[in-house]
Amino acid sequence: MTVSARPGDPVITPALVAEHGLTPDEYAKLQDMLGRDPTFTELGIVSALWSEHCSYKHSRPLLRTLPTKAPYVLQGPGENAGVIAIGDGLAVAFKIESHNHPSAVEPYQGAATGVGGILRDVFTMGARPIAMLNSLRFGSLERPRVRYLFGGVVKGIGDYGNCVGIPTVAGEVMFDDSYEGNPLVNAMCVGIMKEDELITAVASGVGNPIIAVGARTGRDGIHGASFASEDLSAASDAKRPRVQVGDPFTEKLLLEASLELIRSGHIVAIQDMGAAGLTSSSAEMAARGDVGVTIDVMKCPVRESGMTPYEILLSESQERMLVVAKKGHEAQVHAILEKWDLTTAVIGEVIAEPVYRVTEGNRVVAEFPGIRLVTDCPTYTPAACESDDIARLRAMDVAGIPPKPEEADASWTLLSLLASPTIASKRWVYRQYDTSVRTNTVIGPGGDAAVVRVRGTNRALALKTDCNGRYCYLDPRMGARIAVAEAARNVACTGGRPMAITNNLNFGNPRRPEIYFQLRECVSGMAEACEALGTPVTGGNVSLYNESPIGAVYPTPVVGMVGLIDDLAHITRSHFQRAGDDIVLLGDSFDEIGGSEYLARVHGVVGGAPPRCDLPAEKALIDALLEAIASGAVRSAHDCAEGGLAVALAECCVMSRDEPLGADVDLNAWPAVPLRAVLFGESQARVVVSTPDAAAVIAAAQRHGVPARKLGTVGGKSLRISLGATQLDCALSRIDDAYHESIARLMAEMPASSTPELVS
Amino acid sequence: MKFAIVTFPGSNSDYDAYQAVVEQLGEQAVYVWHKDHDLQGADVVILPGGFSYGDYLRAGAIARFSPIMQEVATHAARGAPVVGFCNGFQIACEAGLLPGALLRNDSLKFVSENVRLRVENANTRFTSEYESGQLITLPIAHGDGRFTADEDTLDRLEGNGQVVFRYVPGAGDADRWWSPNGSARAIAGIINEAGNVLAMMPHPERAVDQLVSSGDGLPLFHSILARVAA
Repeated sequence: MTVSARPGDPVITPALVAEHGLTPDEYAKLQDMLGRDPTFTELGIVSALWSEHCSYKHSRPLLRTLPTKAPYVLQGPGENAGVIAIGDGLAVAFKIESHNHPSAVEPYQGAATGVGGILRDVFTMGARPIAMLNSLRFGSLERPRVRYLFGGVVKGIGDYGNCVGIPTVAGEVMFDDSYEGNPLVNAMCVGIMKEDELITAVASGVGNPIIAVGARTGRDGIHGASFASEDLSAASDAKRPRVQVGDPFTEKLLLEASLELIRSGHIVAIQDMGAAGLTSSSAEMAARGDVGVTIDVMKCPVRESGMTPYEILLSESQERMLVVAKKGHEAQVHAILEKWDLTTAVIGEVIAEPVYRVTEGNRVVAEFPGIRLVTDCPTYTPAACESDDIARLRAMDVAGIPPKPEEADASWTLLSLLASPTIASKRWVYRQYDTSVRTNTVIGPGGDAAVVRVRGTNRALALKTDCNGRYCYLDPRMGARIAVAEAARNVACTGGRPMAITNNLNFGNPRRPEIYFQLRECVSGMAEACEALGTPVTGGNVSLYNESPIGAVYPTPVVGMVGLIDDLAHITRSHFQRAGDDIVLLGDSFDEIGGSEYLARVHGVVGGAPPRCDLPAEKALIDALLEAIASGAVRSAHDCAEGGLAVALAECCVMSRDEPLGADVDLNAWPAVPLRAVLFGESQARVVVSTPDAAAVIAAAQRHGVPARKLGTVGGKSLRISLGATQLDCALSRIDDAYHESIARLMAEMPASSTPELVS
Repeated sequence: MKFAIVTFPGSNSDYDAYQAVVEQLGEQAVYVWHKDHDLQGADVVILPGGFSYGDYLRAGAIARFSPIMQEVATHAARGAPVVGFCNGFQIACEAGLLPGALLRNDSLKFVSENVRLRVENANTRFTSEYESGQLITLPIAHGDGRFTADEDTLDRLEGNGQVVFRYVPGAGDADRWWSPNGSARAIAGIINEAGNVLAMMPHPERAVDQLVSSGDGLPLFHSILARVAA
């Protein structure tokens, strides 16, 4: 068919091509694919599909190196969400996704629509969402704009998830100056289904109708995908209109209607109209099925009159789905949607001819050959080279940094670490999230991992997100390994066997060699850890160009892990449970303070090598811990992470505010390790366990070659640590106040409803 | 005994109520679609939690016009039991089944946590399995839970024993007024004068199973079974 430009379409000039984010080479590739110049509509389509956000053009070659297989993986990367089998004919769909750029300019809607998008990715697989998690990064809370972003993001996440009725059960929030101009907002959703309810977004069946479902299409969010594929700048605030507006009420209706539709058997495929809206959903479904499609934009329900094909195709209006129904079942599809007061419209069909065609009534406004629109997207493997500055930071002699005078009182150091927003309790955050709806949350936010029971079975899921961007900055390969290992350790602390991960790779501009180096090394480290721990990657998201005028964010490859607890009796909590129990440390402590929260918080130093991540040791630790838990010998288990052993012990004491329990411990077992490294070093592969039977726990550890030693006992109203000449004795009330109240105190200083200027 | 759980567009704790009735009590429950006009012969109506109509306009303000609310009002007028949890409390007030109204929390933030409550009146058909003065723990999860009414109404509610649940501070000091949302006189749940309509912001239906909660919501359901069946 002949493609013709619409009257009024702008003339395509090199400047217009550049504005659409295409390089001259990419434009030449497009001309070559078409055998002619594109129309304005076609240019728009390609600019969206070939944006970094949709095409993964700088990351795809690296992502192929990640392990993705296990016998229980039912759906690996490439679909809306990954799916694993968990036994009893049940399966779990899960995925993480970023909404960093929109949240940087409009935190409330940016975060809310991030939650909406990831929910749709999960329920379009046929799974009912049962839990939400998130991973957030901000600059320092001392800055008013950061408090504005933090408050807005948390409220946006809460309001959306709460209204849809999915509990937010776990997450992590870290604060560092590198995120000041460009916060990270990653949301993860976990859903459950019967294995045979799995549906994929693969268009098939010539003559099958393509139906637009849900909200009407408006002019909001046009070019959101391209916006997410460039650096943030002072001009970004002007792009606030590219941020979509969420409607969780419609989402809830869409969720119920979609699940009903999938179970009804009237449809063959369903996909969220997410980034790049109608364009990407239709093109991707066609490409997966290797079929042609034709779409008439005039049939698309719109919110306002006069919308051009370009606008309809690129709109990112929220709460919309694209469905491929079975021919002749249109009325049944319509009836289900009507019950939920949602609109439907047949806007196209699957065709035998291998083309992707868009019409506006009788006029063909865009036509691409076959699936090349998706498959022809170029990929890049840019130059990679480590930044000399970062290499120097890693080599810094951090052991030579003299202690501050205040550190003579170890309680002072401990309390200032506990009050650090990165370590402190995130109660201020999760108090705004409904954690109890659906009544499956056994362990909610605040523990090592969330535990959500699987109804109708004796099992539960253990869920966690993790990543320390500072480690990744100083040593990307080691940092990414640690992200996986720590997530696995957290899952194991609750009694769960780590199963699989979804990842969210948050990086700066990959065209800069030092950034691409970080991306490449992090993916390698993640692959090594996933291989060693037996946790394949089932999908995820890549967010690049996380840069603001103050520079790139720390490389932050967030890991979202799903673990399986085989027996509800094995569910284990983080905090001390009973006075008189023994405290045992699994794992060993080394002289490792590089990259620690201690150095950052107390000395303002980001430097030194981060702790080593010994993957066989991590695996052995997890096996030993799970064996000890299964034997019934473990009363509580808590991972040693940011802030080190002293902070982990303090958290075990006060994590339950209602029933705090003190402890009496002796840390003289490491005479060769400096005092501050014993207390606050962040050596990996360590877990603090409380037990009525230390001998049993130590024996289990020894069977797996894991170092284990008794540190002391639970009890009293203070944390007492004996280490050489140091006798730390810190009242639980002081620990509680520092740990639980510090973020609330910082946020209380926030001026009401202000929108401070973007930093520049 | 049969419970009708009304599903409004945007209800989300209807599932929790259903599970509580069917899984924990082993009783019958049906979801009743808000556009229907049939309570399917249920003995007890539950107005569930959630965000009916997105809580747009005002929490519960649109739901009260749903077709099924006519049947709910008739059911209540007959003296048959109606309970509302969270959004159900808001709807019950908007529909005039209970006095007062629920406003935005004084913190202007959504609040989700376990709270301590005192059972102020164990002499109702919904609370007979509690002791008067008993302290219980239930989850709350709401943005609009600040109960308000004029002083005369509040005095009357107090005088008639219509204040059934009151928030108390978590750690001891149960005589001090405290609430997580700024409620007048720390009121968490009330009953109508006739004693057949009870509604509350906390979620007893989410607290019936000790694996995931305190279990302190269970006596409320047992009370309904004991007294309504009698």
